[in-house]
Amino acid sequence: MISISSLTKNFGQTAVLRGIDLRIDAGELVALLGPSGSGKTTLLKIIAGLEWPDAGALKVNGQDWLTLPAQKRRIGFVFQHYALFPHMTVRDNIAFGLTVRPRAERPGKSVIAAKVDDLLGLLQIPHLADRFPAQLSGGQRQRVALGRALAIEPAVLLLDEPFGALDAAIRRDLRRWLREVHQKTGSTTLFVTHDQEEAFELADRVVVMGEGRIEQIGSADQIHDRPSTPFVARFMGAVVELPVTLRAGRVEAPGLDARGLERRAMADGPAQLFLRPDAIALEPDAASPWTLAHKTSTGAMIRATLRHETSREIPVDLPRHSAPDLAIGSAYRLRPLSGAVFSLEGTAPTEAPRPVVSLKEKRT
Amino acid sequence: MTTAAAPVRAKRVLPGFTLSLGTTLLYLTVIILIPVLALVLKGAEIGPARFWAIVSSPRAVAAFQVTLIAAAIATAFNAIYGLLMAWVLVRYEFFGKRVLDALMDVPFALPTAVAGLSLTALFSANGWIGAWLEPQGISIVYTIWGIALAMAFTSVPFVVRTVQPVLEDLDPGYEQAARTLGASELAIFTRVVFPQILPAWLAGCTIAFARSLGEFGAIVFIAGNLPFKTEIAALLAFIRLEEFDYNGAAAIALVLLFFALVLLLVSNRLQAWAARHRGV
Repeated sequence: MISISSLTKNFGQTAVLRGIDLRIDAGELVALLGPSGSGKTTLLKIIAGLEWPDAGALKVNGQDWLTLPAQKRRIGFVFQHYALFPHMTVRDNIAFGLTVRPRAERPGKSVIAAKVDDLLGLLQIPHLADRFPAQLSGGQRQRVALGRALAIEPAVLLLDEPFGALDAAIRRDLRRWLREVHQKTGSTTLFVTHDQEEAFELADRVVVMGEGRIEQIGSADQIHDRPSTPFVARFMGAVVELPVTLRAGRVEAPGLDARGLERRAMADGPAQLFLRPDAIALEPDAASPWTLAHKTSTGAMIRATLRHETSREIPVDLPRHSAPDLAIGSAYRLRPLSGAVFSLEGTAPTEAPRPVVSLKEKRT
Repeated sequence: MTTAAAPVRAKRVLPGFTLSLGTTLLYLTVIILIPVLALVLKGAEIGPARFWAIVSSPRAVAAFQVTLIAAAIATAFNAIYGLLMAWVLVRYEFFGKRVLDALMDVPFALPTAVAGLSLTALFSANGWIGAWLEPQGISIVYTIWGIALAMAFTSVPFVVRTVQPVLEDLDPGYEQAARTLGASELAIFTRVVFPQILPAWLAGCTIAFARSLGEFGAIVFIAGNLPFKTEIAALLAFIRLEEFDYNGAAAIALVLLFFALVLLLVSNRLQAWAARHRGV
């Protein structure tokens, strides 16, 4: 079990981690999800012992890891660009963690060879054993890198953007396969990604990070349906942000039909509504301040742009077959199918939203 | 009805390929090929028996011996010192690093005669260092050690400057990976870092050795140039030329050329071997 508390880290003037608290149970598969610069890779490297925090605690199975050098932590680290030793064959790369052990702890040659053969089988690459990394494809290198990390039977397996450098089809294959490997080895696994789909498909729990903080921890559905901060809502694709008024738990705004949204136990007052473009339906309403500015078809979807009286524009994605005959210049009201509301007085967003109302002014 | 498509000629990105290649080949011929060819032809003119008599004369053999041994000493020193220097310049941040880095080029820029003069002044019996070494019974000037010293001085940048860029480009991920896999710092160096800089290091050492074999200006001041003792091959060739013994000079020069070519060949082989994993 990994237990992280109040971890902070600065690079010069820049705060990279601003107090991270996180517990990961043994055998769990956890994703650290966030945009670049959110500190997720730094957190991973601190767990690995490749970076050191300025303050905080890191304990694994009750042992203080901040007093242990990387060599002693028994971690498997898979680097974003694999970092396979170019002068060693696949076999020697995988065996490296065993052959560098001090003589007293080193397994015999035949034991190492057998172990490597096992791993080559698990990785489905026995035919590549005698190749050099330069002779492998990206997906094959990824497998070798994982094999090298697994060879030392790590207490914790850490993967930094494991599929970042691969193309889409190979990513899907490797994802499924990594899940299988995790089930077989049962090692506590933590991986970093900026790809939501990857995080949600693969992980038991997803930790969303933004600007050095943990924004939300939860399952795919929880994060998708109930983003806990404006940052998460935005990161999950809710790019339409509307200023609304909360009254008796309902959001209200001109041209907005929010009956599809559930009531919130929130105080009355100004709030911000976050919507995904594909979770908005349109209904003709001559009294609405929103008019259709233009529309294009992608085949399956119609991408409409609605313009507000204040000449602000928002995108709306509608399934083409169920979309009404939208007329350019006509007025429509917005009917959100799902969305997230954040009170402007409540939890302060970590980043000022771009549109209409400047939150920054209201916050200060 | 179909019409035959006109053949498309691939356009080169940069114009003037013919002109630029032609110019460089011409230059190569004039500066390198013709002199080497002339030297070989001159050597062939002498005839095998005469050639052998010149190069196997006791004085010539002694000169070759002195040259090779001193160059070997200088290269062994530079191999270690140069590697260390490159390591320090790449891996550490310290006050005066940029100055030190610039100083590494001094042997390139300094006229070799100036280098020879200053080394002689330093290490002679009444020089700063020599005055201190001489009472201990160590003499540098007018011995083979002096020759090796001058050779080492002029050729050390070759090792530093070939290893340095390779070390700089080395992905820190390799070392981090080795560290997470439990490798000690020594194991990281011997098993991960060194094998990757080996080809460059070998190349640097070979050029340093070749350069040492041919060094002349810096050595003549410090060596004393005693035949059979501290006379180097290049100097002997020069002396023969002064005596209008063109054949003698050419024969000795040819042997030096032969050494240089063998070195190049060995070096290429070694590098290809050390970089064998890079082939696809």
